[in-house]
Amino acid sequence: MNFILDYYNYWIVVFLMMAGFYIVISANNLVKKIVGLNVFQTSVFMLYISMGKVSGGTAPILVDGVTLYSNPLPHVLILTAIVVGVATTSVGLALIVRIKRAYGTVEENEFKNQDDAI
Amino acid sequence: MFEQHLIALPILLPLIAAPITLILGHSRLSWMFATAISALACYFSWHLLTATLTESVLSYAVGGWSPPWGIELRVDVANAFVLLAVSALSTLVLIYSKDSIEKEIESSKHALYYTAHLLCLAGLSGILLTGDAFNLFVFLEISSLATYTLVSLASDRRCLTAAFRYLIMGTIGATFILIGVGMLYMKTGTLNMLDLAIRIDVYESSRTINTGLAFIMVGVSIKLALFPLHMWLPAAYTHAPSAVTAFLASTATKVAFYVMIRFIFTIFGLNYVFEEMGMDLILMVLAIVAIFKCSYMATVQSNVKTVLAYSSVAQIGYMILGISLVSVTGLMAGLIHIFNHALMKGALFMAVGAVFYRVGSVEISAFKGLGKQMPFTMAAFTIAGLSIIGVPLTVGFISKWYLVTAALEQQHWILAALVLVGSLLAVVYMGRVIEAAYFQKPPASQDSNQVKEAPWLMLLPMWILVLANIYFGIDTSLTTEAASSASEWLFQTSSIAAANSAEVSQ
Repeated sequence: MNFILDYYNYWIVVFLMMAGFYIVISANNLVKKIVGLNVFQTSVFMLYISMGKVSGGTAPILVDGVTLYSNPLPHVLILTAIVVGVATTSVGLALIVRIKRAYGTVEENEFKNQDDAI
Repeated sequence: MFEQHLIALPILLPLIAAPITLILGHSRLSWMFATAISALACYFSWHLLTATLTESVLSYAVGGWSPPWGIELRVDVANAFVLLAVSALSTLVLIYSKDSIEKEIESSKHALYYTAHLLCLAGLSGILLTGDAFNLFVFLEISSLATYTLVSLASDRRCLTAAFRYLIMGTIGATFILIGVGMLYMKTGTLNMLDLAIRIDVYESSRTINTGLAFIMVGVSIKLALFPLHMWLPAAYTHAPSAVTAFLASTATKVAFYVMIRFIFTIFGLNYVFEEMGMDLILMVLAIVAIFKCSYMATVQSNVKTVLAYSSVAQIGYMILGISLVSVTGLMAGLIHIFNHALMKGALFMAVGAVFYRVGSVEISAFKGLGKQMPFTMAAFTIAGLSIIGVPLTVGFISKWYLVTAALEQQHWILAALVLVGSLLAVVYMGRVIEAAYFQKPPASQDSNQVKEAPWLMLLPMWILVLANIYFGIDTSLTTEAASSASEWLFQTSSIAAANSAEVSQ
C-alpha cells in the first residue's frame, strides 16, 4: 500500500501520460488530438518537477537558517519545455484552422474521404 | 576573439538572420540575404571541420558557464563532418528555391519560407554542435517546428494534413526523448553528454537507465523515420514544396541519425547498448525489413516524389544496418552514407522539382518523353538514380562497398547478399521513371514546344550535386578520411568512457 501512496505523483504521471497518448492515437477530431498531446506533454513536466524534490528541502530561494533546498534545475528545464509545448500547440492549432478552411471539417475520417475522391 | 566564438557561429548566424529575413519581406531580397547567411554558415563549418581534423575536439562554454554546469558546445570530427554536409546542402537548396517556390508558394509567403528555412538550419546545426542532452531536445524542437511550417507552405491542401500528421508524430518522438533524458538525469544528476557517459557506466544495470534508453531509442527512431515508425515521412515528403523536400530529405533525417549515433556511442556506450541490451539485433532486423518493405513500396507508387520518399526510408535502413554491425567499418559506412545519400536525394528531389516547375505534375506518366524535352534535368535524375542503385563511379557504390565490406568482415554472408538484392529493387523503382523519360513518347495532347529545360538557377545547384556524386565516387579520400577518423573517434571515446569507470588508465 505504501508503494502506491509514497509515489502517488508518479502514478499521476503514468495515468496522465497514458491517457494523453491514448487520446492522440484514438481521437478523430484534430482539436482533441492536440488536447491529448498537451496532456501527454504535461505529464512529462510533472515527472521532471517530481524528480527535483529533495525530501525535507524547501523551495530553492536563499533564506537564512535553511540549508536543505530542492533542486531548482528541473524547474528551469521544464520552463523551457513548457515554452516548446506552447509553440507546438500554436503551430498545431494554426494548421487546424487552415485544414478547416481547406476541407470544411476537422474530423479526420471526413477529410480523408474528400482526398480519396480527387 | 573571432576564433574563440567560431563554434557558436553556425547556430547563431541563421538564428539571428531569421527574424531579419522576415522583416526584409521582399521575396528576392530575403532570398539573397538567406542564401548569403547560409553560405557563410557553410564557410564556418568548413573551418570547424579542418580545425577538428588537426585538434580533434573543440569545446565552447555557452555564456561563460563552464561544463558540466553550463551548456557546452562540443565539436569533434563526427559532427563537424555532418555539419558541413547540412550547411552545404542548405545553401544549394536556397539557391534552387528562388525559381522553385515562385511556382509552388504564394508570393506573400516567400519571406516566411526563407525565415522558416533559416530557423530549421539553426536548429539542425544546434543539434549537431551541442554537448548537452537537454539542449539537444530544445534544438530538435526548433528545427521540427520550422519543418512543420515549411511542409504546410505548399499550395496543395493535402500538405496541411501531412504537416499535421508529421507534427503529431514528431512531437510524440521529441517528448519520448524528453522522458528518456529525464530518466538519465534522475539517476545521474547531470545533462552534459561526457559527464553522463562517465556516470551512466556506474548505474548500467539500473532499471531507470534501461527505461531511459528505450524511450530515447523509440523517440529518435520516430525522428529518423526508422521502419515501422516512418509513416509520417512519405506523406510529408510528397506534399511539401519541392525545395522543402530536397532540404528535408538530405538533412533532417540525417541529423536524427547522428543523434542516434551520439546517444549510442558517446552517452550510453557500446558495451551497454549492444552487448547488454542487445540493440544490435533489433536494429539489424528493422533495417533489413525497412530496406525490403520500403523498396517494394517504392516500386508500386505512381507519384515520383512518393517513390523517392519510400526510397529514403529504405536508405535509412542501410545507415542503421551500418551501426548494427558494431564495427568501425560498419559505422564508417553509415557515416559515409549520410553524406552520400544527402548528395543523391538532394539532386533527385531537385530534378523532380524542376519537372514540376515545367510540367506541373510529378506523376510517372508526366515524365513521359522528358528525356528529350528536359535533357539536363533528366540526365541529372538518371545519374543520381544510378547512384541510389549503387553503380560504380558514383557515391552510392562507395557506401554499398563499405557496407558489404563491413558485413563480410564479420562473416555475415547473408547480410551482404541482402544488401545487393536490395539494390536490385532500387533498379526497379528508379528504372520505371527513367524508362518513362527516355523510352516513351510524350502524351499527344501536350504541345512538345511548351515544355522547356528548367531555369539555370535550378540546374546549377542540381548539377553541383550530381558532379559531387561523381567526384566523391571517384576520389573518395575526403569522405573516407573524415568518416573513418570520425568512426574511430566514436569507438575510442566509447571505450574510454568504459575504461574510466573501471579505473583503467589508457
